[in-house]
Amino acid sequence: MPPDFSGKYDHTKDCQPFWSGYLCNRKIPTVYAMPLIQPLGRLTLAFLEIIGRLSIFASTAISHCFRPPFYPRLILKQMIEVGYYSLPVVGLTAIFTGMVLALQSYTGFARFSAESAIPNVVIVSITRELGPVLAGLMVAGRVGAAMAAEIGTMRVTEQIDALYTLATNPFKYLIAPRVIAGVLTLPILVLVADTIGVFGGYLVAVHKLGFNPATYLKNTLDFMEAIDVISGLVKAAAFGFIITLMGCYHGFNSKGGAQGVGSATTNAVVSASILILTFNYLITELFFSR
Amino acid sequence: MTSTMTSQTSQKNNQQNAQENPPVKIRIRGLNKAFGPKVVLDGLDLDIHEGKSLVVIGGSGTGKSVLLKCILGLLKPDSGSIEIDGQEIVGLGNDAMEVVRQKFGMLFQYAALFDSLTIWENVAFGLMQAHGMSKSDAYTIAMEKLALVGLGERFAGKFPAELSTGMRKRVGLARAIATSPDVLFFDEPTTGLDPVMGDVIDQLIVQSVQGLGATALTISHDMDSARRISDRIAMLYDGKIAWVGNTPDLDTTDNPYIHQFINGLLEGPIQFRLTGTDRATG
Ligand SMILES: Nc1ncnc2c1ncn2[C@@H]1O[C@H](COP(=O)(O)OP(=O)(O)OP(=O)(O)O)[C@@H](O)[C@H]1O
Ligand SMILES: [Mg+2]
Repeated sequence: MPPDFSGKYDHTKDCQPFWSGYLCNRKIPTVYAMPLIQPLGRLTLAFLEIIGRLSIFASTAISHCFRPPFYPRLILKQMIEVGYYSLPVVGLTAIFTGMVLALQSYTGFARFSAESAIPNVVIVSITRELGPVLAGLMVAGRVGAAMAAEIGTMRVTEQIDALYTLATNPFKYLIAPRVIAGVLTLPILVLVADTIGVFGGYLVAVHKLGFNPATYLKNTLDFMEAIDVISGLVKAAAFGFIITLMGCYHGFNSKGGAQGVGSATTNAVVSASILILTFNYLITELFFSR
Repeated sequence: MTSTMTSQTSQKNNQQNAQENPPVKIRIRGLNKAFGPKVVLDGLDLDIHEGKSLVVIGGSGTGKSVLLKCILGLLKPDSGSIEIDGQEIVGLGNDAMEVVRQKFGMLFQYAALFDSLTIWENVAFGLMQAHGMSKSDAYTIAMEKLALVGLGERFAGKFPAELSTGMRKRVGLARAIATSPDVLFFDEPTTGLDPVMGDVIDQLIVQSVQGLGATALTISHDMDSARRISDRIAMLYDGKIAWVGNTPDLDTTDNPYIHQFINGLLEGPIQFRLTGTDRATG
């Protein structure tokens, strides 16, 4: 039978790629076509659609970050929400990561009598990778989800429509303050995480592995390089943007009551986490591939 | 564009209007809106005159709220034209629409209060955000408007979640009239209120229109209330305006839709589909 391009849709036979649910939340109708090309084409279309929607959303959000009116009080409130209240969870993650890092590298390096490299391993891994990535993932779970739920609820209860009718642009009032707060706060949070993580390594090295405290600290400072810390902070700012953008995007586009808000929350966390890991690689490439 | 039938009726309306009606504030022509295969508005024409109060009646799910949201620019019509003070707003950009919306006050069907803000902050929102009023001035006005809807100072610091549905509705009303807008939109202002409070709200709407010279577009299911607050009544059926006329003419018209609707009859041109939960009510 020749392929039928007449545009007859068969919604029952939709076979969506597993990720399209949280990427676009919209069923793309199936046109009967060649069985192999069809899913490929639909996948590509869905992917392009989500890229397009996200780009438009992101550029609108960014443009509103730079145009008045600004809401300094809302930005401050969000910075406290993103930064201050994330401190405990990020701090705990960082200290245990630093500790386990020192412990694990000791078991490895002791075989080659290279224990002196431990401060180096700890500071480089924490500042370059683990600090920003773990803080980013923790904040994605905590803040990205909360933002998606809050904005999603505002969407389904018509509060966003109400904002429009009160001549207030939700991009300015809701989204820009969150994105600005994310980009500004995550680097600070990561600096704290770096410090706590290195301290965790120090604790294990000194109290468990018998390092001399002064030597360990000196080695740590000797091995610390500006580029490592800076790359980590650049990553943090990027992750702050990704987390808040995903939270706002999925919340803003949620529909269909409590269930819609629920899936918006899940999608915000999942997509932010995947994007964090992707961009972590890309930024690492940018800084360190020579 | 428009069929001969509609152009004839609108000519007749125009002649009537020339005698007694002020200029048109909102002019809607050939408005279409569908959600997927479901056609909600189907070539709707409607004029709303300046300083007058128009009530739209119609069965549940006929698209009254959708009509309101199209005028407010919250939903994008598929085609057609909406002019406000002669300015076309269909296809208007967001920034330009924001300017138009400064003339508007809207009460949502489910109030849509900001649940992260207190009651007075909700009422004062438009004053502070869009009109740049200082906090203390906005507070004073917010308290005045809250008093108008029968809510005293002790509610000012509460959050919407602590109020009953009817109280929320009244706060929504206070928020809609807070900026003394040109055009007021009320989506079922008296549903969920007791009869006394319903009367108070009706009077408030009449006062807003007569006192402030505002134009009002109200959606209502309550025929008594509709009669009290309206200068004109329009009936929405099947995506079109099935009847529009001055309120006193409601009882004398021989329009079968109106006859059936206001008398709550089961027999007539309106088909009440009682399928599943999609239950049509008068
Ligand atoms: N966002 C939407 N997506 C899909 N369909 C919608 C949407 N909004 C409204 N509809 C449909 O449009 C129709 C009209 O809805 P609308 O809310 O305007 O009804 P209504 O006249 O205000 O009814 P009621 O008096 O019960 O409030 C309904 O059948 C509804 O299913
Ligand atoms: Mg409605």
